[in-house]
Parts: sequence; C-alpha cells; structure tokens
Amino acid sequence: MTLTSKTAAELRELFQKGEVTVKEVTEETFKTIEQTDEKIHAFVHLTKEEALKHAEQLDKQAANERGPLYGVPVGIKDNIVTKDIVTTCSSKMLENFVPVYDATVVEKLRAAGAVSVGKLNMDEFAMGSTTETSYFGNTLNPWNLNHVPGGSSGGSAAAVAAGEVPLSLGSDTGGSVRQPAAFCGVVGMKPTYGRISRFGLTAFGSSLDQVGPISRTVEDNALLLNVLAGEDDNDSSSSAKVVPDYTAALTGDIKGLKIAVPSAYLGEGVQPEVAEAVKAALQVLESQGASWEEVELPHVQYAPTVYYVISSSEASSNYSRFDGLRYGFHTENPENLEQAYFRTRQEGFGREVKKRLIFGTYAMSADHHEEVYVRAQKVRALIAEDFNKVFEDYDVVIGPSAACPALPLGDTLTDKAVYYANDILATPANLTGRPAISLPCGFVNELPIGLQIMGKHFDEETVYKVAHAYEQATDFHKRTPAIQEGN
Amino acid sequence: MTTFSKDDVKYFADFVRIGVSEEDKEYYAAKIADLIASVENLNEVDVSGVKPMTHPIPMINVLREDTPKDILDREKMLATAEDHEDGLIKVPDIL
Repeated sequence: MTLTSKTAAELRELFQKGEVTVKEVTEETFKTIEQTDEKIHAFVHLTKEEALKHAEQLDKQAANERGPLYGVPVGIKDNIVTKDIVTTCSSKMLENFVPVYDATVVEKLRAAGAVSVGKLNMDEFAMGSTTETSYFGNTLNPWNLNHVPGGSSGGSAAAVAAGEVPLSLGSDTGGSVRQPAAFCGVVGMKPTYGRISRFGLTAFGSSLDQVGPISRTVEDNALLLNVLAGEDDNDSSSSAKVVPDYTAALTGDIKGLKIAVPSAYLGEGVQPEVAEAVKAALQVLESQGASWEEVELPHVQYAPTVYYVISSSEASSNYSRFDGLRYGFHTENPENLEQAYFRTRQEGFGREVKKRLIFGTYAMSADHHEEVYVRAQKVRALIAEDFNKVFEDYDVVIGPSAACPALPLGDTLTDKAVYYANDILATPANLTGRPAISLPCGFVNELPIGLQIMGKHFDEETVYKVAHAYEQATDFHKRTPAIQEGN
Repeated sequence: MTTFSKDDVKYFADFVRIGVSEEDKEYYAAKIADLIASVENLNEVDVSGVKPMTHPIPMINVLREDTPKDILDREKMLATAEDHEDGLIKVPDIL
C-alpha cells in the first residue's frame, strides 16, 4: 500500500506517530499524480512548488498546533477561486484568470493544515455531467478509460478514485458531486444548502449551488465537512447553525431508523443491475435494524425540467459578470464596447454554456417569465412539499445516486429515459436544499454503482451515520481501480 | 410541435450579449426547441395558490455590522483587467 492510497484518517495516524513527514507525503503525491494523470487527466493545474513549500512549513509546526487535516493532500475543483493560482472553470473564458483572493473553503483547508496540490477538471462552468465539456479536454474514468468519470466534478471524483489524493472539493448544483462520486466509486456529499460558504465558488445556480467534500471513506468525508462547514460573513446564505463533530455520528447504530424509498427512484430508466444493488443495500440496512417502505413523490418527475429552468435562469443572470473587461478572456480589437461584449462571450464560452444562457434568458424574459420561470418555481415548491411530507415520517430517503454506471465516452446510444432518471435522482437534493451523499454499493462490469442517502435539512449526521453503518458492513469501498497499482 | 426559430435565437442571444453565427443559430434553435417542449410538461401541474419557491432554506434579513475591511489589493485587481488608466478600468469606445 502506497502513501497516496491511504485515507486522511490513516495519514493523520502516521503523522501523529511521526512515521512520515508532510514533505514525504507531498512528494509521493506528486509522483503518483505524474504517473496517473497522464492516463486520466483529472487535474488542469498542479501547484507543486507551492505545495512543497507549504509542506516544509507544516513539518516545522509543533504537534499541538496541527490542524485536523494536517499534511493531508487535497485537490480543488477549478470553479473555486485560489489566490494567485489560475482558476479557469475549465473554460476558455477564464483560461488565464488569476484570482486575487481565496474562497472561504480554501482558507479553511489551509487553516486546517491541508496541502492543496492543484486544481481539478470539470465540465465548463459546471454545466454538464460527463466532464466532456471542459475546454481543456475530458477526464477519464479510473475504472475504465473508455468511460466518463461523470460530472461536473469529474476531475475531483477521478483524482480520489485513482489514488492521486485522498480528499477533494467538488461542487453540486444538480448532482455534480454525487453522480461523479457514484461513477468513480468514491464518497461524495452535497451538504444542506447554506452548510458550507459559497464565497469564492463561481456561481452557477445560486439557489442550488453547494461545495461538496469527496473522499474514499465516509469517515474521511465527515472529517472534511467538519473543516468546511460553518457560517461566513462573506456569504449571507451560509447558516449560523452550530457545526457538530460529524465523525461523532459514525456509531454504526441505526436501530429503529426509518427509510423511505421513492418508487420513482427504482422505476423507469433505472437500470436493473442498479436497482438490484440498491435493494441489496436496503437489505443490509434492514439487517442492522432499520426498516424501509416505498413512498410516492407525486411531483418528482418534474424535477429535471424545473432544475433546468431555474439553474439556466440563475446562470443567465450570474454570467453577465463575464464581460472580458475586468478579468478573463477578451476578444481582439473590438470596434466598440458592444462588439467587445458580443464577441468576447461568443468566443469565450463553449456551446453548452451558451445554450443554457440563451435558454435562461428566454425563461426570464418579460414574455415568458410567468409561464416558464415562475411556474418552475411553483413546481419546485410542490416538489419540496412532497419531500417535507415524507420526512415527517422517515429519517432518510434512499435510492441510487445515478440510474446507470459510468457512461461510455461520447455516449449517444443510451436511452433518453436513463438520462432523465439520472436527473430525477440528482436534482431534488438541490431543489429542496437537502443533504445527500453517494457511496459505493456495487459494480456492473467492473464499473461502480452509487447508493444515495438523503436527509433532513442540517441533519448531515444521520446521513453520515447510515452511510457509515452500510460501509462498515460491506467492502465495496475497499476495491480500487487497477490504475492505482500503476496499471 | 414547439418552434424556436433562428430569429428567436438571435433575439434572446442579443439580450444576453452573445454573438451567434448562422451555424450556431441552427444548433441552438433545435436544442432550445427541445427544452421548451419539456417545459410545456409543467403546464399539466396544478399550481393554483402555490407560492413560488425562490430559496431552498427560508432566511430573512441576514445582517451584519458594516465594518470596513482591508480586503483586496487594488493594483492586483486592476492587473486582471484588459486595460486600465489612473486606477480605472478602460473600455473600448462606447459609440
């Protein structure tokens, strides 16, 4: 077992015993990345020099000054700003953009002693679910290089799965942490809206976006959320609720837990092997003292459309900031200001982004605002109400994280119903603001399957508790892709 | 059958300040027509009396002290701009 395939919790123990230095771990990390990333292209930018310097500083730190993630290498999705380090959102629009401040989550990681090793690939501006819309080329799935890693946080999930880093940050607007976590066989959490500050996360759909921790184990995920969560003066939507120690919830005791399984979550479009894996997971949880029942969510089938309208509308407003004047890409020799805007945005944004911005503008326009945007917001309220009712009687909602295992690169063959089912599984957590985690629960043709556990608002503890109990009873999380052994 | 014409693409792209080529117009017209067709499914939902949900977690009047902070370096911020003069960002001719 190499140093880089260890979990954050295991590394912490090695540091405590003084068996290894931060510099050794950091050097080993870059060695692994240099070997592996040629194959999977998870990173868009490495910060080796800065990381080694930081590691040397940490090695001088007294034991009682060490933070909870002391010496642990982390990768950061490239839509999270990093001071003096290029932050591209995997777009030509920001190819050379160097932010002048750190996102709150980046500051928190540093304060906790984590060593940032670089920026991770993603779908351009987080708009996609395959990482294929990245301006810098796609990331490949570490389990099978002919498949996508999912997205939009494809680089974040692939880097953790491939053993390049034990922890990474992703962001989740409509499944962008959980779906790639499922496709890559790692643990990804989208916390409650407001649990983590969004300051410095490039806004996409502001009422949906959350930063999310990605790891190989539930314990590591809880350790990372401990560091990231909390109120921030710079984000008025961040919650003042006290941050508990999430690792304290990992007791393994789920006796009496009540699980709801929406019928749509195992219905049309969900591949049979995926549904079987989730049912087998429910049996494991049952054997641990939980009980489950099927429930109906009368409006959940509208979630993908509602999500698409709301996220595109919010983006069309948010993205007015990319004007090519203050920062980022700018067109050559425009004749006037108007031409500068039009050409900068035509040349700087990719097709998927432009499609969503034009559609969002349509949805927000005076003629269509009521019938499209406001109607979507009303259906959003009905979807949220469906979930509120279910959570009156149940502790968690469980289903697959995605309807299928990782799709092949450039997929055009898969049934549209599978894509639609993916969105039915992914988007409700964002529309309702609820926490939801994905963790490995099986394999189809050597590709991982993800189990999704959704909880009550600000009850990440129960979500982690259930995920941990399941993880401890199974060994899917112990399997590693062959690429980790240098194959 | 929902239609979203090439002229519609141009009309809305103008609002959002995105230049579109002839080829783009065709591509977006087809893609956005599909999206609008799926949006029409929302019309079958009875939303009478439902208040639009603007935010996933209710939050009212989040306030803090208005304390000036020395946050960002002006020179560094200007350095990211295409052009600047006397501490101001310079833009191309407006007319």
